[in-house]
Amino acid sequence: MTGAVLEADGLAKSFGGVQAVKAMSFRVAPGEIVALIGPNGAGKSTCFNMLMGQLRADAGRVRVLGDDVTGWPPRKIWRKGVGRTFQITQILPSFTVRENVQMALLSFHRRLFDVFGRARLAHVDAAAALLERVGIVDLAERACGLLAYGDLKRVELAVALANQPKLLLMDEPTAGMAPAERLALMELTSAIARADRVGVLFTEHDMDVVFGHADRIMVMHRGTLIAAGPPGEVRDDPEVRAVYLGSSLDPVAE
Amino acid sequence: MGFILVQILTGLSSAASLFLVAAGLSLIFGVTRVVNFAHGSFYMLGAYIGLTLVAVFGDLFGRGHLAFWSALLCAALIVGAIGALVEIVILRRIYRSPELFQLVATFGVILVIQDLTLWGWGPQDLLGPRAPDLRGAIMIMGEPLPRYDLVLIAAGPVVLLLFWLLLNKTRFGILVRAATADREMVGALGVNQAWLFTGVFFLGSFLAGLGGALQLPKGGANLLMDFGVLAAAFVVVVVGGMGSIAGAFLAAVLIGQLQAFGVLFVPQSTLVMMFLVMAVVLVVRPFGLLGRPELVGQGRQMLDDPLRPTGWRFKILALVLVALLVAAPLWLGDYGLVLLIDILILALFATALHAIIGPGGLVSFGHAAYFGGGAYAAALLVKYAGTPMSLNLVLAPPAAALLALAIGWFCVRLSGVYFAMLTLAFAQIVWSVVFQWGTVTGGDDGLLGIWPAPWASDRVAYYWLVLACCTAGILALRHGLHSPFGYALRAGRDSPLRAEAIGIDVRRQQWVAFTLSGAFAGLAGGLYAYAKGSVFPNEMAIARSFDGIIMVFFGGVQQLSGPLAGAAALTWLKDLLFRLEMWRLLLGLAVIAVVLLFPQGLAGFLKARFGRFVGIRPELSS
Repeated sequence: MTGAVLEADGLAKSFGGVQAVKAMSFRVAPGEIVALIGPNGAGKSTCFNMLMGQLRADAGRVRVLGDDVTGWPPRKIWRKGVGRTFQITQILPSFTVRENVQMALLSFHRRLFDVFGRARLAHVDAAAALLERVGIVDLAERACGLLAYGDLKRVELAVALANQPKLLLMDEPTAGMAPAERLALMELTSAIARADRVGVLFTEHDMDVVFGHADRIMVMHRGTLIAAGPPGEVRDDPEVRAVYLGSSLDPVAE
Repeated sequence: MGFILVQILTGLSSAASLFLVAAGLSLIFGVTRVVNFAHGSFYMLGAYIGLTLVAVFGDLFGRGHLAFWSALLCAALIVGAIGALVEIVILRRIYRSPELFQLVATFGVILVIQDLTLWGWGPQDLLGPRAPDLRGAIMIMGEPLPRYDLVLIAAGPVVLLLFWLLLNKTRFGILVRAATADREMVGALGVNQAWLFTGVFFLGSFLAGLGGALQLPKGGANLLMDFGVLAAAFVVVVVGGMGSIAGAFLAAVLIGQLQAFGVLFVPQSTLVMMFLVMAVVLVVRPFGLLGRPELVGQGRQMLDDPLRPTGWRFKILALVLVALLVAAPLWLGDYGLVLLIDILILALFATALHAIIGPGGLVSFGHAAYFGGGAYAAALLVKYAGTPMSLNLVLAPPAAALLALAIGWFCVRLSGVYFAMLTLAFAQIVWSVVFQWGTVTGGDDGLLGIWPAPWASDRVAYYWLVLACCTAGILALRHGLHSPFGYALRAGRDSPLRAEAIGIDVRRQQWVAFTLSGAFAGLAGGLYAYAKGSVFPNEMAIARSFDGIIMVFFGGVQQLSGPLAGAAALTWLKDLLFRLEMWRLLLGLAVIAVVLLFPQGLAGFLKARFGRFVGIRPELSS
């Protein structure tokens, strides 16, 4: 099919004798928000790292916007229009908030080998606009090494948006955040996805976040997809219920 | 046939000492993650102490087997104790610091041991004692092989076997292996790490001392042994794989054979061949023959402050400084100007090195290669092309940059301590080429008659030229760090994962930065050659590389102005100490003191204390 921003086809990865991911196939459409969930050790992070080029897949293909990016290094996949946030935030601590975004913008405009300009003066307005968008423009001049965790997550989102991505890969975007902050961040992400037709694939342990914001949910267990579909359908799936035995899939009633 | 066999055996015998030293180095690194730069010094101490003990024991117990062999063993034990002492007094305090701190501290130890050895045994090379009953040679298929070589050939496998027993059959060995695999976990299981680390240091130093003592009948003892064996041991450890004892043995045998046969075919370039082998191994297997990737040191880093725009008060301060420097000839005498020229040139060198160490996050221990590369480029042009000074000074930086480009290609594939060892090893290649290729470079005699052009031949005129070049160079480097390129370099250091995820090819960024840094170091070298009127291989020796590191360190790694302060402080300190008898000892102690007591360096201290007067304050650094 055409039009998908991300297509995984038969992705597999083993570590020694352990098959972490077995033949995963799925797709993400433009503007679609897809959650990848599953118990610890289901293979979510391994799957993510293969999509982003951090890990080399044993088998299978990854296509971004129709191009086969299997085996590409992360930086090349990024240039294809994929933004990424990490489970443990990866931010440049000795940069200010604004400089973190400016760095991504400089890279996007291919100025990494410019030795004459001044980085601090580059793409100031675009950086400010991105910070405005994620709601931390007032932190622009702060050193990232001093920031609270929730703010760092927002910086990461702003950085991930700098290359005008068509696809966002977010590994546990709300891990370590306070509940109120979680919902705010996901609402922000949803709004951006709808407005810019950005496909979003995220992993998450917080079921409120998953069932509150995902258009579609994919459930992984022991390296394979056991269910995929709209939240209501997945919630009622007996196999999913079995896997999550003991933990409720019902979002807490408001 | 017999000839080849004897060559193989000779190679095996020379592998023995190398293996002992490398095994100790590898063991210490595996457990403590410290690359002990003073390991060569322990080897040297083993030889000297062995020499003395053989004589003393010989007088006491007669010159038999017992006296000789127990003397060697006791020498090694004493060296082991010295190693344990160094661990307890110095290294124990800085395990949590970035690796640069440990490298610099162990370098301080090298200086101290050098002077103590000189003081205790004098400057002359000493002949080793012969082992009893092992004089002369045996004939193997008609070819002579020194009898003592048989002992050495046996020593390697015997020590390897004992090592295997120790590591696999004793509680201490199990702890060592566990700590090599996962240090934190061993600590969490309630093992007293301090004791374990001291024990490992004892054992590693013991092996180095044993290596030094065992080679006495073949090589004797001299004051150059420390750096000589250090570079070779680095090659062995890198080729064999950090932390792998079997790998060290394999690599030592390989290098030993290479030396034995290399002497036959290309006697002038055995050192170069050794390093070439290392380069090939690293390209094919970046973590050595038997090494594992996870053992590569993860650089624990300090948090730098963000680069803030320079405030007007700081700019005025800088302008006043430059104005004072321009006017300096008015009141400084000839001697003061010579000193100031040195400071300026070294400040440029240190600033170039700092760009790689600080913002680049890569500890280059071989930057003298590019400093010396620039100096030799200028000198060789004078000698063979007769080109004028101005042209030579323009050509020196690209020449050094070319060297850095070639060496950097290998080095940026690795990081942390591997990078440090590799840059040092490559600098030793360059040094040995210059040293051994006497017909072109003048070898040890150097190149003389490198005088400035007539318009700059006056001391004051040359001073102004140096001031102009160095100020421009330092400002250019400073600007480079504020440029998008510099930011991308720093991004790769701050978080390689994030840098890659926003399209930055970290290695390429580092490679280009390394090359540019080499160019500026080359400019400093060119200026230095004309300032002295001569060039010697010393300009690219390890000691010069260390000078750069110490300047960066004295000034403060985290501050852009650090190298300036560091160059001034070190040059002034050296000038002061040179008049004293044991200046290396004092300098070494000063280096150790700075590491332990003053880790933020001079510029870091000034920033914290007086920065607010010029509108700067520490944010993350402390």
